[in-house]
Amino acid sequence: MVELESSSPEETERIGAAVARELEPGDVVTVSGELGTGKTTFVRGAARALGITGPVTSPSYMIGHRYPGDPDVSHLDLYRFEGMSDAEWGDLERYFEEAVVFVEWPEAGEGFLPPARVRVRLRHRGDTHRLVVLESFEKALEIRVSTGADPRA
Amino acid sequence: MILGIETSCDETAVALVTQDGEVRSNVVASQAELHARYGGVVPEVASRRHLELVGPVLSEALERGKATLDEVEAVAVTRGPGLIGALLVGLSAAKALAWSRRLPLIPVDHLHGHVASLYLEPGALEPPFLCLLVSGGHTLLLDVRARSGYHVVGTTLDDAAGEAFDKGARLLGLGYPGGAALDRKARDGDPDAYSFPVARVPGFDFSFSGLKTALLYVVRDLPADELERRRADLAASYQHAIVRALVERTRAAAMELGGQPIAVVGGVGANSELRAALADATLAPLPLCTDNAVMIASAARYAPAIPFPQYLALDAYATAA
Repeated sequence: MVELESSSPEETERIGAAVARELEPGDVVTVSGELGTGKTTFVRGAARALGITGPVTSPSYMIGHRYPGDPDVSHLDLYRFEGMSDAEWGDLERYFEEAVVFVEWPEAGEGFLPPARVRVRLRHRGDTHRLVVLESFEKALEIRVSTGADPRA
Repeated sequence: MILGIETSCDETAVALVTQDGEVRSNVVASQAELHARYGGVVPEVASRRHLELVGPVLSEALERGKATLDEVEAVAVTRGPGLIGALLVGLSAAKALAWSRRLPLIPVDHLHGHVASLYLEPGALEPPFLCLLVSGGHTLLLDVRARSGYHVVGTTLDDAAGEAFDKGARLLGLGYPGGAALDRKARDGDPDAYSFPVARVPGFDFSFSGLKTALLYVVRDLPADELERRRADLAASYQHAIVRALVERTRAAAMELGGQPIAVVGGVGANSELRAALADATLAPLPLCTDNAVMIASAARYAPAIPFPQYLALDAYATAA
């Protein structure tokens, strides 16, 4: 586990980009955190680093976006889910095919979502800063990301 | 007559519209009705619901329009953007219906559909105009020069305005989705009680994410009894900030485009403060603000038809490229 501090949306995007550089199609990244902690901002930074140039916006209402690119980037949001059923998972499965996948509010999908390569948790720290906690089973990945996200690097 | 089908998100809808833009029927099975049917149990957010409803809704649309399938000349359907599984239910139903009747299929972009809610009789709107499309999933400024399409001049960079309303409502304890509840609560409040910042972004784009966070901080820092007393003021001030951002950008874009007339479509188009602030604009009829199939059938009048049977391999798209 590594903990990073972000003092602005730009820094949160930069951390997202550092994570994105580690990813390949089929990888899943979960992004948790209360309203306003910067989950969509984090995914935007990651999507930009993966070559997506169009708007990367919150999918809360639409549940899923899939940005065409090389690779495609899927951006899911389970904010409106109360839990997960087989039917609901059936709707989401296609977003996991041949894409790098980011899932906001992943808690409702427990037991259905594939194992995450990286788990990201965002927390408010005062009114401007955010704590960004990254967890992966690959310790080397954690270290590379924390180095890559350092603005002084 | 065109039969339209819409299943891109929460609503299962079928409608009949004539080539001249007259609405013959408009049936929408919304999640709200489903809640009632299942005794208040929260149903799943899944295309299985669309699958259960699309047949009955289709029958009802024909019945209410006093029409038979013999009168249907083309089948129109939303191809995207939306939730893939949900879109595929409507698309498959449309293909099956069109194929079995040897009819052409007209795939429609959901956003073009919202704009086409303005092309119905009586009082069909003639381009050019600047269209503000505001819903739960989208916030767009569209330069409309012809009924067949539009050019995007602005978009939200983070949250849609409708999402800002819905999440604001949840922060204020008004439920989710709570855009309409927030609108009602705001009528009892002072829109100037709190000053919420509206992000300044370049061009004609929008940003509502910071506003939502600002409301969160105010709510978090208020004692419970104080929050209870100030709830209407918070709702009014928050709504005012969203509406002001929408109106300022829209008016500025209309001016930039040479004084184009303004039109408003989409679910947030039902918001009372927005309707009052843009009283000089053409506003989509209230029943056609939220998702429906009338707008899809209407847009199909200005979109290319695919002749029988070349549409069988047509796929849906989640996100506009």
